[in-house]
Amino acid sequence: MNAAATLRPHVAKRHRELVTPEGLALPLTIAGRGARAGALMLDLAVIVIGFVVLLIALGAMGLGVLEATAQDETTNPAVEFVAVMLIMLVFLSRYGYFLWFELGPRGATPGKRALGIRVAARGGGRLTAEAVIARNLMRDVEVFIPTIFLLSGIGSGLGAVGWAAFVWLAVFVLFPCFNRDNLRAGDLVAGTWVVEADRRKLMQAMSLGADRTATYRFGEAELAVYGEHELQVLEGVLRQDNPQAQRQVMEAICRKIGWEPGAGDERAFLEAFYAALRARLEQNMRFGKRKRDKFDGGSRQ
Amino acid sequence: MALALFRKAEIAPPPEVEAASLRSDRFRLERETDWLRLERIVEALEKNRLRRIPDDDLLALPVLYRQAASSLAVARETSLDAATLAYLESLVRRAWFQVYGPRTSFGTWLRRFLGGGWSEAVRAMWLEVCIALAVMIAGTAVGWLLVARDNDWFQALVGDMGQGRRPGAGREALAETLKGTDSGEGLTMFAAYLFSNNTGVTIMAFALGFAFGIPTLLLLLYNMAVLGALLWVFVDAGLGWEFAAWLSIHGTTELLAILLGGAAGLHVGRTMAFPGDRSIPSAASEAGRRAAQVMAGAVIMLIVAGLLEGYGRQLIEQPAARAGVGGTMLLFWLAYFLLKRGRPAPGEP
Repeated sequence: MNAAATLRPHVAKRHRELVTPEGLALPLTIAGRGARAGALMLDLAVIVIGFVVLLIALGAMGLGVLEATAQDETTNPAVEFVAVMLIMLVFLSRYGYFLWFELGPRGATPGKRALGIRVAARGGGRLTAEAVIARNLMRDVEVFIPTIFLLSGIGSGLGAVGWAAFVWLAVFVLFPCFNRDNLRAGDLVAGTWVVEADRRKLMQAMSLGADRTATYRFGEAELAVYGEHELQVLEGVLRQDNPQAQRQVMEAICRKIGWEPGAGDERAFLEAFYAALRARLEQNMRFGKRKRDKFDGGSRQ
Repeated sequence: MALALFRKAEIAPPPEVEAASLRSDRFRLERETDWLRLERIVEALEKNRLRRIPDDDLLALPVLYRQAASSLAVARETSLDAATLAYLESLVRRAWFQVYGPRTSFGTWLRRFLGGGWSEAVRAMWLEVCIALAVMIAGTAVGWLLVARDNDWFQALVGDMGQGRRPGAGREALAETLKGTDSGEGLTMFAAYLFSNNTGVTIMAFALGFAFGIPTLLLLLYNMAVLGALLWVFVDAGLGWEFAAWLSIHGTTELLAILLGGAAGLHVGRTMAFPGDRSIPSAASEAGRRAAQVMAGAVIMLIVAGLLEGYGRQLIEQPAARAGVGGTMLLFWLAYFLLKRGRPAPGEP
């Protein structure tokens, strides 16, 4: 069987099987371009807001740094110190912010963490410090120079040269759109990629409720109408625990299997049906027979 | 002991295994305590709280990781509980990232980097260093020759960056621009500004190497043409030695760093253009990692250069002393790059 077969098509396209050094197949999903762009926006917003807060705080402290840096002849040591710190901070936020966070054990900046993605070494190796340095040095031409270019608006006024620069920068910015793994230029040079790294909690199995085989008995023909996809939908409905949805699903199932839906026992009925359907499908699975959904004839794989 | 008791209480014991009617649920209930234990260790590792993890947990980590991975393989073939499968996939992935995560601390990395990793990476790209050096010399010569033939080129090349250093400015005016300042005021800011500015240029020289190295060459050529033009102006005014000394105190370090940045960019670009018998991505990533080491070193050099330029050049006024400092730095860097051999790191070829 193939795990990717059960995924939705646009996710399946990003699905990769990574073979770890001990020979285990590890499922990975390449982070989508949208998630990566969103993470970058979040990180840039963090940096910018951090600076605004810092400047307001400094302004409130009455240092008036901005005027002092403009006319540095009349500096006093405290103002000069603050100005040096600001220059270094601008430098560090441009080059150090991403580096620092991606070198950590999570391999992700706060923006990446918020969107559940992280940096990993392509091909299953170890993520080295050099790789993280290389991918973040390239970020300069991919993110910061285009941003400065757009903000300063020289693209509109420079004619041919401006357009050439624009096209040139666009090659870098759009690089992730032109390869299967959504690699940006820095990823290519560093041998890294960005993958989804969601954290899930272990949830209660929906089949562990009270044993209801005495109350509801489903026959072979009644259980044969549904497949794995419907089982997963049912699992989702049970987890959401919304009475109205449960009522609708119960009615749909009863219509399909020719039962008369009762009232007030929706959850009990659905739990019993879920347990019975899963038992049947899993039993068939052990014999190599899988039924993907209700349209599937139950092919042997 | 109290802590251990408390910790044990955190993981809720699973319901009775016998109570489960489904085989896949029994499989899960038998193993979920181990999964939760692994999750707790991984979480502590992700938060960088190594000291909070008891020793026996750390020792059990590889075993627990392998168990969870094989549980995942079995569950994929036997269980249709989508939530459990998703949990296991995410758990195994997180554990894998920690088990195969970066293993060196910053201190260890820095020691290995300074103790030979950096100089070896520089030596490994000797060809690009030679190319970059040739291009820089050629750029200087071009700048010199252009301005020597027609002074209007100076305006085109240097523009307003010259701050009064221009052809025909007169010997006194030019000599004035080479003077230092008497007090140390404002120099820290100047040094910090120079450092962040020069590092930006060097990183750009590296990053542009991605396009097969051509923009890097152009950047080096242009920057050195500016230098060549300035050099001509001062030599023309009979201030060649003073200018060279003024430049060399920080310039030997700074130009060497820019040279290395350009060479690192060229290395990446050349490897991508001519990957040999490897695939382009694998060749590029190998070159990229080597280049990253050189670049990290170049940033260190630019910190030194910024301090020399901001403080040293402003406070030392004698041309001989300036040249002495610059020459010493050059010798130091050359000796380091050519002679420093690192010990091979354990576990690496």
